[in-house]
Amino acid sequence: MIGLAAPQLQKCATGIEGLDQITQGGLPSGRSTLVCGGTGCGKTLFAMEFLIRGALDYGEPGVLMAFEEETPDLEVNVASLGFDLRQLVAERKLHIDQVQLGDNQMFAAGEFDLDGLFIRLGNAIDKIGAKRVVLDTVETIFTDLPDHSNLRREFRRLMIWLKQKGVTSIITGERGKVTLTRYGIEEYVSDCVIILDHRVNEQILTRRLRVLKYRGSTHGTNEYPFIIGEKGISVLPITSSGLNHIASSERISSGIPALDDMMGGQGYYLGSSILVTGTAGCGKTSTTALFIAAACLRGERCLSFLFEESPSQMIRNMRSIGIDLAAFEKQDLLRFHAIRPSMTGLEMHLAAMQNRVEEFSPHIVVIDPISSFGPLGNVIEIRAMLARLIDYLKLKGITTMLTSLTRADRALESTNEEISSLIDTWLMLRDIELNGERNRGLYVLKSRGMKHSNQIREFVLTDHGIDIKEVYVGPVGVLTGSSRLAKEAREQAEQLSAQQEIDRQQKALDRKRQALNAKIADMRASFAEDEAELTRIIQQEKAREERLRLDRLEMGLKRGSPIGPVTETKQHSPNTVAKSE
Amino acid sequence: MNSSRIDQQKHSMTNDTLSSSWSLLLYINGASPKSLSAITNLQNICEEYLTGHYQVEVIDLLEQPHLAEADQIIAIPTVVRRYPQPIRKVIGDLSDTEQALNALQIKTD
Repeated sequence: MIGLAAPQLQKCATGIEGLDQITQGGLPSGRSTLVCGGTGCGKTLFAMEFLIRGALDYGEPGVLMAFEEETPDLEVNVASLGFDLRQLVAERKLHIDQVQLGDNQMFAAGEFDLDGLFIRLGNAIDKIGAKRVVLDTVETIFTDLPDHSNLRREFRRLMIWLKQKGVTSIITGERGKVTLTRYGIEEYVSDCVIILDHRVNEQILTRRLRVLKYRGSTHGTNEYPFIIGEKGISVLPITSSGLNHIASSERISSGIPALDDMMGGQGYYLGSSILVTGTAGCGKTSTTALFIAAACLRGERCLSFLFEESPSQMIRNMRSIGIDLAAFEKQDLLRFHAIRPSMTGLEMHLAAMQNRVEEFSPHIVVIDPISSFGPLGNVIEIRAMLARLIDYLKLKGITTMLTSLTRADRALESTNEEISSLIDTWLMLRDIELNGERNRGLYVLKSRGMKHSNQIREFVLTDHGIDIKEVYVGPVGVLTGSSRLAKEAREQAEQLSAQQEIDRQQKALDRKRQALNAKIADMRASFAEDEAELTRIIQQEKAREERLRLDRLEMGLKRGSPIGPVTETKQHSPNTVAKSE
Repeated sequence: MNSSRIDQQKHSMTNDTLSSSWSLLLYINGASPKSLSAITNLQNICEEYLTGHYQVEVIDLLEQPHLAEADQIIAIPTVVRRYPQPIRKVIGDLSDTEQALNALQIKTD
């Protein structure tokens, strides 16, 4: 009593998906919670799930005092969620007391109290050792019994009595015009108040839950969408599962080798989220189909959610680019789940998707396109839903590919869902209009944790998939389509003629070389002739000189003159010889 | 669950003589003031208006708590007029005799 630190408020887990997160553990244990809302808001089901989960998952038997709904109806309603009430009753995990006030007319004469109710409830609690109690629309006592001031007093006493009993209880109440409940009983249930609401917006029902008050505990104060799905109530807290998934460094192919090249040659990260955005008809679905095909060929399971096309339409269309999705479907590697977005609200879509994922446990999930959720809610709601979905898939290590249509009149890089922050790899497909044609361009806008190309590549759909072309970047800028082809053809022609020119020049050179060689041979031949002639003359001359010398010697000998003048004579001799010739 | 005294009585009463056919059940909660006052008030009314042809059974829910659910009782005290038909339920300690006579339709004026 003196201690300053109050004991931590004990909480009682409801087992309702998402609610225990919002309330940080559940409802106040041993106390009463008021759950109120209009007709059909799901308050009875909410309360029932609290009891059933308690009995099944937490070993806490429960008592239902139903003031409104008939037991057979109740059985049918919860049976649709897969719960067997009769079984629970037979196992003494649940006790259902149908309170019939309106059967016989009730008249008042004098003072009364609700001890009958106390005894009745107390007996039921003791019989099965109940820890949880639901009083479903206990307010009807105000309609069926007289003396409201007395009933208020008794109601207050009931709340105190429940607390003393130590049971965790839910009191449901119909929403009033001015007050939360028709008879203002929120005045007496002070520990926790939860409001359920359902609105129809553009013909689509959205259910919402809000914790109005939680004494002694912090709690999420937002309005949270919730669904009544195939497995009960599921509240969708915006912060959902948080960011604690394990990031894989394994990579998987995009199914387009050139695109893998743009991402460091390896493709996407396993378990990452990939967004493909683009204007109408720019090849988003084809990109997903190639991704699916690549995964199926690796033997991985793919789950494809289609929101605009039927599976057969998708199969037919993808055949035109050479992908046979039907074969993968036959092997049960690929499953389609096609539904018009407007069929149900966002939350139902989310629940349905989660159920399909649970059933199939795929490696890859494709959602085509997320932009079709647009009319189902505002940006915040859609973002919350997608955040929850992506977190859920990441936690399971599933690689997710989402497509989104970008409207031509908007900035290309703005997706109306503003989900960029949820996305790891963002491929942008865009039209490049040039010379009266539209061509497709592909760009990796972002890719967390990897090197990626910063170039816009041309993207061509062929009958064997997608080709990614190197974009022609020349002096006139980026060229695509026929401009690129023309440019390439022209270049090829130029290249060809250049080659021919070279050949021609080569031949000319060869000819020149031959001519030169011929000339050299010719000159050599004439030189050899000249040489031979000259040699012959020189030898003749030498021979003549020798003869002359011999002649002179002979003459000298004959005249007896010394040898000396012979040389002198010899100097002039050529002239003499020449003259003499 | 099936031990509803109100329903059981329907059959047994058919053999009774019509004149003696007031059958009342009074549900009380031990010796609480309202319970005690209800017993006294009901006895007084019966003695005065139904002399000789009435039958009152007092059921203490503290002793037979399961009957609260079986007989659909939530308020204490409750008087159930099992006979004459139709069954009527009157809640309160019957301290206002005029109201009690009207509620039980003993006085038919």
